[in-house]
Formats: sequence, C-alpha cells, structure tokens
Amino acid sequence: MSAVADTHAQDDHHHGPAKGITRWLLTTNHKDIGSMYLIFSFTMFLLGGAMAMVIRAELFQPGLQIVEPEFFNQMTTMHGLIMVFGAVMPAFVGLANWMIPLMVGAPDMALPRMNNWSFWLLPCAFLILVSTLFMQGGAPNFGWTFYAPLSTTYGPPSTTFFIFAVHIMGVSSIMGAINVIATILNMRAPGMTLMKMPLFVWTWLITAFLLIAVMPVLAGVVTMMLMDINFGTSFFDASGGGDPVLFQHVFWFFGHPEVYIMILPAFGAVSHIIPAFSRKPLFGYASMVYAVGAIALLSFVVWAHHMFTVGIPIAGQLFFMYATMLIAVPTGVKVFNWVATMFRGSLTFEAPMLFAVAFVILFTIGGFSGLMLAIAPADFQYHDTYFVVAHFHYVLVPGAIFGIFASAYFWLPKWTGHMYDETLAKTHFWLSFVGMNLAFFPMHFLGLAGMPRRIPDYALQFADFNMVSSIGAFMFGATQILFLVIVVKCVRGGEKAPANPWDGAEGLEWTVPSPAPYHTFSTPPEVK
Amino acid sequence: MRVHAKRAGVLLGGLMAPALSTADWTLNMSPGVTGTSNDIFSLHMTILWICVVIGAGVFGVMFWSIFAHRKSSGRKPANFHENTLVEILWTIIPLVILVVMAIPATATLVDMYDTSEADVDIKVTGYQWRWKYDYIDDDFGYFSNISTSDDEIYNRTDKSENYLLDVDNPMVVPVGAKVRLLVTANDVIHSWWVPAFGVKKDAIPGFVNETWTRVDEPGIYRGQCTELCGVKHGFMPVVVKAVPQDEYDDWVAEQKEAAQRERELTEKDWTLEELMVRGEKAYASACAACHQADGSGAPPAFPALKGSQIALEDMDAHLDVVVNGVSGTAMQAFGGQLSEVDLAAVITYERNAWGNDTGEMVTPKEVFEYKNQE
Repeated sequence: MSAVADTHAQDDHHHGPAKGITRWLLTTNHKDIGSMYLIFSFTMFLLGGAMAMVIRAELFQPGLQIVEPEFFNQMTTMHGLIMVFGAVMPAFVGLANWMIPLMVGAPDMALPRMNNWSFWLLPCAFLILVSTLFMQGGAPNFGWTFYAPLSTTYGPPSTTFFIFAVHIMGVSSIMGAINVIATILNMRAPGMTLMKMPLFVWTWLITAFLLIAVMPVLAGVVTMMLMDINFGTSFFDASGGGDPVLFQHVFWFFGHPEVYIMILPAFGAVSHIIPAFSRKPLFGYASMVYAVGAIALLSFVVWAHHMFTVGIPIAGQLFFMYATMLIAVPTGVKVFNWVATMFRGSLTFEAPMLFAVAFVILFTIGGFSGLMLAIAPADFQYHDTYFVVAHFHYVLVPGAIFGIFASAYFWLPKWTGHMYDETLAKTHFWLSFVGMNLAFFPMHFLGLAGMPRRIPDYALQFADFNMVSSIGAFMFGATQILFLVIVVKCVRGGEKAPANPWDGAEGLEWTVPSPAPYHTFSTPPEVK
Repeated sequence: MRVHAKRAGVLLGGLMAPALSTADWTLNMSPGVTGTSNDIFSLHMTILWICVVIGAGVFGVMFWSIFAHRKSSGRKPANFHENTLVEILWTIIPLVILVVMAIPATATLVDMYDTSEADVDIKVTGYQWRWKYDYIDDDFGYFSNISTSDDEIYNRTDKSENYLLDVDNPMVVPVGAKVRLLVTANDVIHSWWVPAFGVKKDAIPGFVNETWTRVDEPGIYRGQCTELCGVKHGFMPVVVKAVPQDEYDDWVAEQKEAAQRERELTEKDWTLEELMVRGEKAYASACAACHQADGSGAPPAFPALKGSQIALEDMDAHLDVVVNGVSGTAMQAFGGQLSEVDLAAVITYERNAWGNDTGEMVTPKEVFEYKNQE
C-alpha cells in the first residue's frame, strides 16, 4: 500500500499532460477528454451541417437540380444521425466531462480509463457510419428513424455497417452515462447534498439514467434489424409473420427519452447562465429539479405520440395524447422559473446570456408546436409534414444547440484562461438567430399548407417559403464558421480571464484559477 | 417577406420566374371540405390561440424585464427566489387549460374512429411508388400513378399547374356518402393523406387500417404520400375526384364493364405485336419506376433488364420472378397485382424490347396455367 502511495507522490513532480499524440490517445484526464468530445462534436456539427446545406440547396427551387432523390434521402438520413448522435450528444458529454468534476469538487471523473475508451469509440463509430457514403448502394437512405421494412428488406447493403456503428455509439453513451452517475453519486465534495447540487449536475444525473434506460432498447431494435437482414428472422417482416409496427414501438420507446437526453443538460446549463447574468439567484431551484424529474418520467409513457397515424386503438390514442399534453406542465414550470429569475434582476447581455434568452424564447415556441402536435386529431394533419420538421428543429437548434453555444461562451474563459472576443460572439449570436428563424419559421407555414417531409421536390405552391428557408439555412450554416474562429482566437490568446469573469456566476468551478489547472480539487473543497 | 424573396429572385437572374407565378404565401391550415377536417381546423385554431395568449404573457414579462431591469439603467437586483403560491398557481392553471383542451380533442377523435355504416368501401394499397384503389363492393380496382413527366421534374420543360400532384387514374368517390377506406401496403410503409379531408392513415404491410371520410363538395382534391417509402417517396401523389352520386354510379358501371372486358382478354389469341404494344404501357406503369423505361435499371438495388439473363434465357424463371417476386429484395410479386394479359404482355415486352430480341412470347393463357399449376 505504502509503495503505491510513494510512487504516486513521486509522480506528482512531473504530473502535467504528456507530450504529443499520446497525451490525447492515452489521456484519462477529464479536461482533455472533455475537450476532445467538444472538438469531435463540432467537427460532426460542420459535417452534418454541410449535409443540411445540400438538402436546402436541392430544395431551393422546385424540380431536381443538384442531387438525385436517392442521394437526397442519404443526406436527410445522415444529417439526422450525425446531428443527433455525433453533434448534440457528444457535446453534452464533453460539457459533462469538463464541468461535472469542477462543479461537484471532484479531482476527475470516477472511472477515468473507461472515460478514455468511451470517447475513442466515437470516432470509430462515425468513421464506419460516414464510410457507408462510399459503399456500393450508398449510405443509409431510410431516414434517421430507419423504419422497417424500408430499412430491412428494402435497405441498402450498407445497413449492416450502420447497425454496427449504432451499437458502438450505444456502448460509448452507456459507459459515459455510468461514469457520470458514478461521479455524481460518489465524488461530491463534503457538504454538497443532492439538493445543493448545481442544476447542470442534476439534469445530467437524470439524463444519464435516461441513457442507461434507453440505449439498450436502441441496441435491441437494431439487433433485431440485423437478424432480419442477415439471419433470416422476421421480426419486422409481415410476410414472415413479423410486425412493422413493433419496430416503431421499440424505436420510439428509445426515441422519445432520447429527445429529452438532448435537451435536459441544456436546461441545466441555462439555469446557471440566466441567474449569473441576472445577478439574482435562480427562482424555484427545488421545483426545477422536480420538473426535470417529472419530464424524465413522463418521457417513458408518451412514445406513441409519434405514431398517431399508424392505427393504434382509440384507448391507446387517448392515453398517449393525455400523457403528452401533461408534459407541458413541468416544461411550463421551467420556463416560468427562468422568466421569474430574470424579473427584477440586474440584466446584462453578454454572448452566453443572449444565447440563453434566445433559448428560452425559441425553445418555448418549439414547445408550443409540440403541444399542438400532442392533440391527436390535429396531429393527423401535422404528422410527417414540414410542421413537424419546424417543431423539432425549434427544440433542437435554438434548444440544444443554442444551449451548447451558451455553455461554451460561459465556460470558455475557464477552459482557456482568456476572454473570447465579445463583439465577434455577439455577431455570431445575431447572425445565428436571424438565420435560424429565417430557415425554420417558414417551415411551419409549409407544413400547414400540406408539404410532406423528406421529399426532394415539391409542388409549386411551396416554392416561395422553401426559398426563404434555404436562404436562412445558408446564412445559419455559414455563420458557424465564425464560432470556430472565435474559439481558436480565444484558445490562442486574448484578455486574461480572472477566476470568475462573470459578476453573478456562482459555483465551485469559479473558485479555481482560469485556465483550470490540469489537476483540480486534489483535496476536496468544503461546501456549506 | 414577399419583397425579400422577389429581390432574391432578381438576384438569381430570374431563375424563379416560372415558380413565383404560381406560388403563394399560405400561412395557415385550410379548413378543408369534410366535417372531420373542419373539426380539426377548429381544434388547431383553438390550441394555436391558447399558445399565442400564453406566449404573449410569458414573453411580455420577459421583454419587460429585458427592457426595464437592465444593469445599464442602474438596477439593483432583487433577491427573491421562491414563492410557493405562485409556483402552485402556474402548475395548476396550465393543467386546467389542458383539460379544457382535451375535451373537444377527445370528441373529435372518437368521431374519426367511427367507421361504421359506410356507404362505399375502398381498399387503398400503397406500392412503391403508386396507389391501388380496389372498389371491393363492385369488384374492380386500378393503379394510380403520378403523371408528371420526367421532363418537368428535371426542368427541361415548364412545370404544369399541378406539378407532382397529378395522376393518371384518380380515386373517385360520391359526394355526401360515407366512404370507408381500408388502408394497407404491399411492400414498405406508406401513408395516405388528403389534407382537404383531414384524413391521414399509414399504409402498413400486414395491417389493414380503417378510416373514413364524407366529402361535402364536388371537386378534385390532392395530397401526397407522407411516410418515407424509398427513392420516389416524393413522387406518389394522391388525387381524389368527388362527383355527384349519379355520376359516380355511371362511372362504377363503366369500370365494372371494363373489368369484365379485361378478364375476357385472357381467352383471346394474342400476337407478338399486340402483346408488345400492350406490354410497353404495362411496363411503363408497373416496372419503369425501378427498372427504368429503357430497361437499364438502377443497380445494385434494381438490376438492368436489358441484356439480362432472366430476360434472355429460361422463360419459367422469368415467369417466376415476375409472378412471385424475389423474396428479400425490392422485387415484388406481381402475380396478384397485374392481370394475366398484362403479365404476359410485360414478360413478352421485356424479352423483345431494347435489343433483347428473343422473338419469344408468352400468352395470357400460359400465364394463367403457370399461376394455377403452383
């Protein structure tokens, strides 16, 4: 025992990051791994975004101009998969890696070697997924929801590679989630009771349980596909006695909690940013925690609202309609709390606050359209139209992605030790805000006028709004290069950041110097 | 916004001129022409206004804070962070609003699910990528294919008014009658949607979904497939023609007669030339979507027929593929979809078109025997 301790004591003298590539390949440091997750996520964001640009370019005018329908379908599928599994989820895992140990006063994540592995699985998974674009028969072309039998009997040969990639991502996510739970439950600083935890930690704890609950379900459904495709089973093949609707039930049992996995951590981050720039404590901390818990629990019993048109019996239809409407209550509580936090504060609008305020407004708009979609009879008109595309882009782009940008600007000074360029960051915000609304708001109108989603070409009455939407999308897409510039600039230099660069920010992460040293909280801090 | 798009159009050198002339700026759902679609429209407007009012309240408070409670105007922050009464109120009030909203929604849903006492039954079957309408009370049925030309789609000619929304044979329904639709699919999942009726139902292989509609006004109503079903998902429109009852009765009588004539054709003695002429049409409607009009296919999913082994060699193998399909691939079993005459014509056509020139033919009678020997 003493030998081990001695070796460790000696190591401390030269215990900085290793040099060269091995630092990144072999690292077990939560900050390095967090940075790698964030860089990976942004790379995937640009790749998935480039695919969105192809989609919007083809939809700029009626008629087929740029790509064939076959490639168009591959683009919509890969855009969805890459954004969900490659951009949004890894970004939140990256934020978790960086911030959870700093927020709970722990020296690192509980399981550092597994942390390394769960990151390095991801580039492998996405290498496989992206390589399908170059295979004979092309990449998956059945939408990110990969409904059977289009994805099984009728899928391209690359589907098996897609399944393998999903399995690897699932393993990575589950390990990441276990790590988060182990860290939060075991490594909090003395005195930090559960109800004193920062909200970002709370939302991630709940998200991690959701991940552990549903990623195996996703793995199960893709395994059933694998069997149908390669081993002659008929889980989803009606001509063999299987059931195509079973696929949708299993998929959405994963899929609905999945959408909360992509938004709850953003709820947490925004709950730090709004109080910080309002210079006023968060309103209703306890009800925020209970609301997130309620949303997470409800997310398990609403899956069939994605399936109102498949012909489930009326009793089921009513149950899922009521349960879905119920989610509006805890979500409403959160929005009211954020607004109440701003009310009678002392507000300033640096980039994190701008993104956070836009998050609250635009996510609420996405929530309203979600409430409309919950009304089952009305859903018969909205389902699988651009109204749905508008809805989920409103909750994911200004929801998840603005949440991530807000977090990035909020914590960049802590990560790099420099202040980012505020003027550029504000420009990034305003261009993103205008571009995003120009791209997605007209989609509501298109959907209500009857334009189905996932079509490469459309009837003439949809031409005008599609053109507006494409212009907005190009604007939003081009703007994101600016974010890269801002971050690179901030890493390389800039005004020195103090330990706490924000007036109103609170929490343990602001007690360590900026940039945060390679090792922090070797002795746990005391929380009163 | 109109100005914005017009400017963009000018910037693009007037590329959009043909599209802009017929496009519009519709913002909202249309109330439609059935009781159901009107009910849905009123639910939609109710929930929309509820959202607008709540949004105005919430965003109102927020914008008030943004303008009035700025640090730059010298505000000192308050320090409150809890208020049990307020928190209970803003949990209960939304709950009450939702209950109020759920009542009419439930009533509409119950009505939409009541498919009893229908006057007409039509089976709607989704195929990649066309619809089949079977009038099961009257024993006839037909396919409905998109009739927009490739030239329009690939911008080689002007787009017609109903670009992508036109078919060769629309569904025909009588005005004022309750029409029950039995919706299913042959290959992958499709979804049959006519916005003006407020009817959208998934067509799922192995399931028969029921829904119904009663159209109040004569007219032509257009919709599209709304579930991603493969390459041509965007190219399988739904067109329904609603006509007065007597016109409908005449149309049904005509269709029944035509179906009878079709059945008699099996007995006729066909020549190679006659089969080729018929085969070209049948091929265009049933096969060309995948195997292409010139037989070149789209490998690997859809093999070429031009110069293919199947089309040039053993006739029984060719019959087997066309009649029974190839399991595990996209090749459907056409035995139940096409008449004996069309099967014979398609096979004969495939063996003699595009330079395949085998000179071989198969007669409808032989196809009939082949199907019955199994």
